[in-house]
Amino acid sequence: MHPGFSQWMSGTGPESEIVLSSRIRLARNLAGIPFPHRMSEEQGRAMLERVEAAIQSLNPGWHMTFRRLTELTALERQVLMEKHLVSPQLIQEPVRFEAVALDDREGISIMVNEEDHLRIQVLMPGLQLEEAWQIANRVDDMLEQHLDYAFDETRGYLTAWPTNLGTGLRASVMLHLPALVMTRQAPQVFTTLAQLGMVVRGLYGEGSEALGNIFQISNQVSLGLTEEELIHNLAVVAQQIVGREKNARDHLKGSAGIALADRVGRAWGILTNARVMTSDEALKLLSDVKLGADLGLMDGALPYTFPQLTLMTRPSFLQVEAGHELAPEERDRMRANTLREHLAGKR
Amino acid sequence: MNDGQVRICQRCHERPAEVHFSKVVNGEKSDRYLCEQCAREEGAFHFVLGPQFSMQHVLGGLIGQAGFPGNRGTAADALRCPTCGYSYREFAETGRLGCDRCYEAFQAELNPLILRLHGRAQHRGKVPARSGKELYARRELERLREQMADAVKREAFEEAAQIRDKIRQLEGGSADAPRV
Repeated sequence: MHPGFSQWMSGTGPESEIVLSSRIRLARNLAGIPFPHRMSEEQGRAMLERVEAAIQSLNPGWHMTFRRLTELTALERQVLMEKHLVSPQLIQEPVRFEAVALDDREGISIMVNEEDHLRIQVLMPGLQLEEAWQIANRVDDMLEQHLDYAFDETRGYLTAWPTNLGTGLRASVMLHLPALVMTRQAPQVFTTLAQLGMVVRGLYGEGSEALGNIFQISNQVSLGLTEEELIHNLAVVAQQIVGREKNARDHLKGSAGIALADRVGRAWGILTNARVMTSDEALKLLSDVKLGADLGLMDGALPYTFPQLTLMTRPSFLQVEAGHELAPEERDRMRANTLREHLAGKR
Repeated sequence: MNDGQVRICQRCHERPAEVHFSKVVNGEKSDRYLCEQCAREEGAFHFVLGPQFSMQHVLGGLIGQAGFPGNRGTAADALRCPTCGYSYREFAETGRLGCDRCYEAFQAELNPLILRLHGRAQHRGKVPARSGKELYARRELERLREQMADAVKREAFEEAAQIRDKIRQLEGGSADAPRV
């Protein structure tokens, strides 16, 4: 599996300076079959075959490739997670009968036998929740022609967790909010979000820290509102946070211009000169440099987008690029080399 | 649970509180008492799902609460889903169900939980064209009837007649021989 960049990392789309990506995820299950955590080997394999056949019906138009996780190496599976194409849950060891179908631009990802039988995910760059929903909705319609979904008129789509019941929809945006963090407004903003029924998570979802000032915000409630209402609510909230972040950036630039330029310059200096670097340090520095580029504090634009640079520093991506497994110290050296090579002189 | 006193809703400060939320974050317990109307209006409840706070903890915490409407104590533990054999006890421990039919098997326990999680009990979103055929058709009829009433209000009678024909077709009747 080629470890290159996905379409959603292109750094384009509305509000793309702050909104790194928009994601729609639909949870779907087949009627009368145990959820994946209760499946027998046989049921798991049968599910894979049924879903694979249904996904083949999306082709040739959708260019979907179906991969069983057992056919991939552990590193390749982790790269899929680092690219946000699959969830950490899907690749949890030991893999048994999980699979993922991806389109050639890696914008559509259909996870099979994750916590639900099917998780249809669409990822797009920038703030494009409605666009992503329209694609996910079409994929869902086409699959439903071939699969008997578990659905009930009162509870909607039936899911393994009651928290996903109803629409089975989780809409989320990935935001880069360095100025809200620097001006210490982030905790207050996130408290307000929780009161609005929104969930805030770190870079890799539930249980992960907000590394690199990257936050994922998603809806908590999935039942009782229409998909359009849920998506609209999140889009409005995302737009407001973007506004707050922009204000904070203006404020920082005005009141702490030199300090900010110094911070950005130092980050750039380390990124383009260091010989050893951990992934946490890389993310922190890349976040500073990205902010600097957004605010015009750098000479010219960065040669790669922030999501692309982030991916280039991830442990498994580095190892797949190297072609073999690397010890942590080797990774830290290779990470520093990769960054030097791709940043220095290319700006 | 309320020390023998009537608790007043913490949101409207008028009606008696009937819904009790407890949340436990890192061992810190906090309570919130609301009347049913406010609980419904708030829709989404004040769950803070921070990084160190997984779904399992929330659900496990909720279901385990004494006084939680769905918690019927040990009586419910013996319940099993007739389709997949999953026990209510396993659900209470993990927050996860065994199969789609578990929702029926444990409905007395689950329905209050669902209301508490989502603030609502009735699905209003997408309906699958095949698995939800009847509801799909019913919603389409409702939509057309609204359109027809609107057309009549606007005195756009020709349009209303066309919509009426569509409704007849959907109802299985014939669109021929329209009456005016």
